[in-house]
Amino acid sequence: MDIGLIVVFVLASFVGFEIIAKVPATLHTPLMSGSNAISGITIVGAIVVAGSVQAPWSKWLGFAALVFATINVVGGFLVTDRMLEMFKRPERKTAPTTNGKA
Amino acid sequence: MLQTIITLAYLVAAALFIFGLKRLSSPVTARGGNRMAALGMLIAVLAALFEEQILNIPELIGGLALGGLIGVLLAKRVAMTSMPELVAAFNGFGGIASALVAGAEVMRYAGREEAIVPFTPTLALTIALSVLIGTVTFSGSFVAYGKLNGRIKSMGFPGLRLVSIAVGLGVLAAIAWMIVSAPDFPGLDPEAVPLALAALAGLAFFLGIFLVLPIGGADMPVVVALLNSYSGLAAAATGFVLQNYALIVSGALVGASGLILTTIMCEAMNRSLLNVLLGGFGAEASGGTSTGDTEERPVRSTSPDDVAVLMSYAGSAIVVPGYGLAVAQAQHEVREMAEMLQKQGVEVRYAIHPVAGRMPGHMNVLLAEANVPYDQLIEMDDINADFPTTDVVLVVGANDVVNPAARDDENSPIYGMPILNVDEAENVIVLKRSMNTGYAGIQNELFFNPKTQMLFGDAKDSIKGVIDELKELQPA
Repeated sequence: MDIGLIVVFVLASFVGFEIIAKVPATLHTPLMSGSNAISGITIVGAIVVAGSVQAPWSKWLGFAALVFATINVVGGFLVTDRMLEMFKRPERKTAPTTNGKA
Repeated sequence: MLQTIITLAYLVAAALFIFGLKRLSSPVTARGGNRMAALGMLIAVLAALFEEQILNIPELIGGLALGGLIGVLLAKRVAMTSMPELVAAFNGFGGIASALVAGAEVMRYAGREEAIVPFTPTLALTIALSVLIGTVTFSGSFVAYGKLNGRIKSMGFPGLRLVSIAVGLGVLAAIAWMIVSAPDFPGLDPEAVPLALAALAGLAFFLGIFLVLPIGGADMPVVVALLNSYSGLAAAATGFVLQNYALIVSGALVGASGLILTTIMCEAMNRSLLNVLLGGFGAEASGGTSTGDTEERPVRSTSPDDVAVLMSYAGSAIVVPGYGLAVAQAQHEVREMAEMLQKQGVEVRYAIHPVAGRMPGHMNVLLAEANVPYDQLIEMDDINADFPTTDVVLVVGANDVVNPAARDDENSPIYGMPILNVDEAENVIVLKRSMNTGYAGIQNELFFNPKTQMLFGDAKDSIKGVIDELKELQPA
């Protein structure tokens, strides 16, 4: 196996730790559903297998993988979008007497 | 040439994932970030379509359409309270997809006289890991799903741990069998590698079930976060099988993300990951430790009218929401009450404990759905210093996260868990159905504190009562 793949994996993990550590607790649920959608990247492998392989077993395993991965990707991104849409910016006009913002 | 372009497209996709996740560092940019990641995924999908000669167009379109349709329906229909279940289910789908792709990779070799490229022991190992992680994620996620929506009760049977260990050893044996059979694959008949793989998949399926089954319901947020991490690792493992950078990078990102969230949740409960996974807590707590003679002690109860008066004359108030708020569907009423108070000049904020909901950040989403602006949602570490100068704290459906025993009582099972120090405030009002104990089954000293007044009843009705009285108090 190409050792380069392992190098990429380790470096990407470090990048992941750095970025994710900066996500505030408020957004942890969207982070989970969004990153979950990203893990649906398996859809790439599923497309290759389902689309190009003729061996019967392989083809149907690939098809099942494609369906599951697509649910994961489409559903994951959509539900994340639905959640993030709800995070309203503070409306300063309607609540002028709230708190002294830090 | 084409292969280079495809690889570059994967690089663009991975970069978009990273930028997209980076934008999640603020609620202002988060939505754009998610769309950026979705664009990355679209690019990756388009690139994959050019990877190899497409032969099965109907299957491909059918699979994408079917999966897409189910995904849209699930995403549109889910209630925000059920978000943990949905994320658990999506984790499971991602896991099984990874396992199936790796399995399909093996079946490409099966039944041939000899392989076009050799089936190496290394390839056997990567495929085995991919199938193992993917399948454990799948079955574990669906047990978590069942527990979150209450269909599966926390259970263990004597010897469950031994069975898990036996299944784990079986998994190792199946992997070893696959690796040693690799040089003869394909060719021999019957072929050992597919058999070993089938055995591995079956054992891994039960391993996932046995691993999650004994874990208590209160610990599900940790489990969902951990399974999130697994779903990423499964994708990365499949990336090693297919030698595909897009899968490896994305999988690593998600793996890291899930691991961070797991750590945060464990710290918020003052438990080690091992302790959670071994499922010790539920058993400990059901023994009813350290409650002793508290049952007969008096508590002060109050009425919605008194609460309304108290709060409207307060300078500052903090609402502490717990999962009970979501169960009572009282988010909108709480927001309405807070807005009325804010109009009168009362400073109202929300104190969010990391484990307030049923998954990391869940309470924030529930309040966001009720149109609470996110700058009023304050994290535990930032708001704890403010309690001594706060006039009224309103605890709605939260229990263990405000239990002073976590701070003071070394014998308490939750001792050491970081809590919101609401007992430092001037007045504490606790909205609760009854004097029953919380999720962890522990009695709460806070309720007997002289500063505390209990407002018994359904949280939604109670808050409505407060709102009605506030309306009457307001000058017309």
